[in-house]
Amino acid sequence: MTERKVWWKTALGLVFTALMLFPVYWMVNVSFTQTRDLRADPPHWFPWDPTFEGYEAVFSQQLPALGTSLLIGLGSVILTVVIAAPAGYALALLHLRGGRTLNFLLLVAQMIPAVVMAMGFYAVYNNLGLLNTVPGLIVADSTVAVPFGVLLFTAFMAGIPRELLQAARVDGAGPWRTFVSIVLPVSRNSMLTVSLFAFLWAWSDFIFASTLNRNGDLIPITLSIYNYIGNNTTQWNAIMATAVVASIPASILLVVAQRYVAAGVTAGAVKD
Amino acid sequence: MTSTPTDVGSRGTLRGTAGTTPAVPPGGRRRRTPSPSQWAAVGFAAPLLVYLVLFYAYPLWRNIDLSVHDYTIRAFVQGDAEFVGLQNYVDVFSSATFPTALWNTLVFTFGSIAFQFTIGLALAVFFRSSFRLSGTLRAMFLVPWLLPLIVSASTWAWMLNSENGVVNSVITAFGGEQINWLTSPDTALLSVTIANIWLGIPFNLVILYSGLQNIPGEVYEAAALDGAGAWRQFWSVTFPLLRPVSAITILLGLIYTLKVVDVIWVMTTGGPGDSSTTLAIWSYREAFGTGQPDFSPAAAVGNLLIVIALVFGFLHLRLQHRQEASS
Repeated sequence: MTERKVWWKTALGLVFTALMLFPVYWMVNVSFTQTRDLRADPPHWFPWDPTFEGYEAVFSQQLPALGTSLLIGLGSVILTVVIAAPAGYALALLHLRGGRTLNFLLLVAQMIPAVVMAMGFYAVYNNLGLLNTVPGLIVADSTVAVPFGVLLFTAFMAGIPRELLQAARVDGAGPWRTFVSIVLPVSRNSMLTVSLFAFLWAWSDFIFASTLNRNGDLIPITLSIYNYIGNNTTQWNAIMATAVVASIPASILLVVAQRYVAAGVTAGAVKD
Repeated sequence: MTSTPTDVGSRGTLRGTAGTTPAVPPGGRRRRTPSPSQWAAVGFAAPLLVYLVLFYAYPLWRNIDLSVHDYTIRAFVQGDAEFVGLQNYVDVFSSATFPTALWNTLVFTFGSIAFQFTIGLALAVFFRSSFRLSGTLRAMFLVPWLLPLIVSASTWAWMLNSENGVVNSVITAFGGEQINWLTSPDTALLSVTIANIWLGIPFNLVILYSGLQNIPGEVYEAAALDGAGAWRQFWSVTFPLLRPVSAITILLGLIYTLKVVDVIWVMTTGGPGDSSTTLAIWSYREAFGTGQPDFSPAAAVGNLLIVIALVFGFLHLRLQHRQEASS
């Protein structure tokens, strides 16, 4: 009897998942649909007669945008880890004075709307000449991930056994040696989680891209999709093909790093 | 701030055993002359402190500065914007858009949260009992959350397209009338709220599911022994025990939903008219959405949004503190 009940639950679970993922399926389906069939009624539920026009368009036009997004994503990851990991060490293990205040400020920082940050950055970058530049966008995108990264590193590093650190001290290692050869290697998983989110947030960012990089030569893929929609509303198969390609990093990360994703979300993770 | 390093260190597991909290030398209260380890701590935190000042404090200060001046593009370039005090705020509050945007923000935020939370909780309870494929299916539910928002938003925009959208095809196939989801003022806000609910379900599911994992199985066994059915078990065990986690999930959801720009902007740009304009969209539109940027009122709206977010934020922090104190 329990056996039957379990199968019934699996079936129900499949139905729920199918409903939930229908928009994702539809995106893929439309990306393969012939242009003449896009306006068919009833719609084509499955691309029996697939076209790769959309994907050809992506690869002939969108490669620079994908490259820019990759660059911005990696830049944001490096900046985030370089700033957040030492700060986590200072907060969790070196007993930084005023640490509680700093923790509190980081929590508050996560609540500030991106629109507001975008306006502030626009004003600042306007003076500094950083508008429409990749470094400018990397810095802006990292503001989403840095507070999250510091809080996650702090939480993890506070749990590192003190014996380990003491052993290093007995061996004559200073704070820097301890950090590099003990704390960082032990915190590998947290570093993966932080990097993963920093990358995904930078890759998905639209607000900063559309405000700080509107006229840049190198635009990220999100902005490219947006411009595509604006210019070319009939070519939805090409738009959806771009969307599918833009979703690839997220899909890969979900498959290879699923447990880091779950760890990040439950660590009080944020979606901006 | 009277918190000394020793206070912070007390969270360490080995506190009290002499000599096991290496970073704190005895007599660590001397504030004037920081110990060498304090210098190390400051050194490691320095990049963050510099970063926060340069890339948080400074842009935010510039934002306040924008909101009390009359910045036009010309004034931006020449740097001679006129100081107008709180005039921008007065203009915002007396604007015809203000009540609409406030109302839309409330409907969008609370509508999204109510459904995201309910559906997320129902799914978390459903996935709690493990069955074949439950782990895989639960992972699949994360997909919408990981996709770039612009991808999800444009997919929804095409699905809800009046003439060619799949949603209207289904509705008309069942004999319904075509609905102009995104182009009618009556349904634009509803449409973006539906898309946003879909986006938020994974987040609620993951957090609530991990909350459920912390409820010991014996509690359910005891309830089952007392003859409580699934429905009773939910209301008398799951729901009360999950209340702290639920409160935090909802508050985090509120803070994040208040800020949403991408989804609405891509689907409707806040229109038609102001019918799906929230405070965040209003701010974005004034500053970046039109050919003539108007930064000063946009900054005023943005600062108003910060205040609202902070109110919920402090509520969240208080709840979290209370929870930590009780556990």
